[in-house]
Amino acid sequence: MIHTLAFYLFAVLVIASGAMVVLARNPVHSVLWLILAFFNAAGLMVLVGAEFIAMLLVIVYVGAVAVLFLFVVMMLNIDFAELRAGFIRNAPLGAVIALILLAELVLGVGAYRVGIIELGTPDGSAAPLLGESNIENIGALLYGRYLFLFEMAGIILLVAMIGAIVLTHRESRAHRAHQNIGKQVARRPDDATEMKRPEVGQGVEL
Amino acid sequence: MTEFFQSLGMNYEWAWFVATIAGILLIALPLMLGVAMIIYMDRKVWAAINLRRGPNVVGPFGLLQSFADGLKVFLQETIIPSAANKGLFIIAPILTFTVALLAWAVIPFGPEAVLADINVGLLYIFAVSSLGVYGVVISGWASNSKYPFFSAMRASAQMISYEVSIGFIMVCVVLWAGSFNLNEIVLAQKGHGLGFVNGYFFNILLFPIFVMFFISALAETQRVPFDLTEAESELVAGYQTEYSSMSFALFWLGEYANILLMCALMSILFFGGWLPPVDWEPLYVVPGIVWLLGKIVFFFFMFSWVMATVPRYRYDQLMRLGWKVFLPLSLFFVFAVSGWLMLTRFAA
Repeated sequence: MIHTLAFYLFAVLVIASGAMVVLARNPVHSVLWLILAFFNAAGLMVLVGAEFIAMLLVIVYVGAVAVLFLFVVMMLNIDFAELRAGFIRNAPLGAVIALILLAELVLGVGAYRVGIIELGTPDGSAAPLLGESNIENIGALLYGRYLFLFEMAGIILLVAMIGAIVLTHRESRAHRAHQNIGKQVARRPDDATEMKRPEVGQGVEL
Repeated sequence: MTEFFQSLGMNYEWAWFVATIAGILLIALPLMLGVAMIIYMDRKVWAAINLRRGPNVVGPFGLLQSFADGLKVFLQETIIPSAANKGLFIIAPILTFTVALLAWAVIPFGPEAVLADINVGLLYIFAVSSLGVYGVVISGWASNSKYPFFSAMRASAQMISYEVSIGFIMVCVVLWAGSFNLNEIVLAQKGHGLGFVNGYFFNILLFPIFVMFFISALAETQRVPFDLTEAESELVAGYQTEYSSMSFALFWLGEYANILLMCALMSILFFGGWLPPVDWEPLYVVPGIVWLLGKIVFFFFMFSWVMATVPRYRYDQLMRLGWKVFLPLSLFFVFAVSGWLMLTRFAA
């Protein structure tokens, strides 16, 4: 009973906040609704017993990616009138994307009804370990059968990261003052100050 | 506790429901009391280090000071700036406070005394504590004012930076314990150091990690020397500038509940949680919660000590420490710990 209740609670919230992402007038509100949608999707994953994925979803998407997203949207100076003016022009493109997504959904449901997706190898070496926690299962699959794909994903991310750094890195010709932290930390009062005891009326020579 | 309510004649579902609600209240209410007392302790420790008396007027030794402050704040008027985004402005402190309480669900106070004994306990804490940044960011943005906004910007960058190294530090402990479940992590520390010290701190590979975790915890909870989000000399009061009355008090309570959580996490991950400090039979007579609370108070004393003695970091120093020192160091320790475990535990 409580499972069904929880499922409908999370599912309704996911759909409602997903709709609000599109409908909200303020972009910051949109991002916050998106975060709520992520969070409730994590709740759905807990319900199907994928608690590891659910936690990762919260840590990676809600805890890190969405924060940066929110950060950027808050910094941007968005003109609402201009946003609304572009709606009519972009509507056909949006409709095409919506149709493609709908086709994918139908295809996905159709594929799911044919049979479950085969995850392990036939000899059972990297098949999900029944009765083990899903952390161990994911580990066995990622570092067993899908090791090559997993490492390839890592390389692709590395290339993307280096690409982003190269694109945004600007070699400045002008002289820039660098801070040498080691030097700053090593500085002692004796290096910076000098004790003087001037005679009356003599003053100090700098 | 479910069995107890079942023995009162409830069916299983109702007994579970009532037991869970009772468990939540059993954690949340003493936690609020603990936060009130810990604020008092914080002020007393600073006062002692500054050679002052600290709060000593309300109640015996000033013990009731926090409650007097709470009452004062409760009676004040809640002011919402006219240019603020009203809904988000009110939601932000509630969010901070709720998230600070949420993580306590998986903290084990004893072998059986844990509300939710889930097998991804540590990941849950990590996930929930990464939500804490939203309270700050939303309040900074919704206040529609300069200083809170600066503070929100600082907070989001700072907390993401230090979460990365905290994640790697947790991975080291998890590798050694072989589990994400907090109770199993505690049990794995039994007699870890030389066969009689309960705790991972007594380990050459894990002690440096503990030191890094302590510093990262200071940064994650925005305590001095990393309290750049509410640096009063630069940003008035940071994200709290526009808040008054109860909405301010919720930030305050949430902040201290988070600090207590970090102290509890340090004692669970590195100092054996509810285990006594030494693996000696007579010490197990004392209930585990006493040991855990003792360790939490000890770490909180360290937090106050740091606050009273260390000046605030510059923002570039903070970022440098997070990304250029802690990230490579913690990555190195993940490598070192897993290498050592492969050599010793899984060599065959």
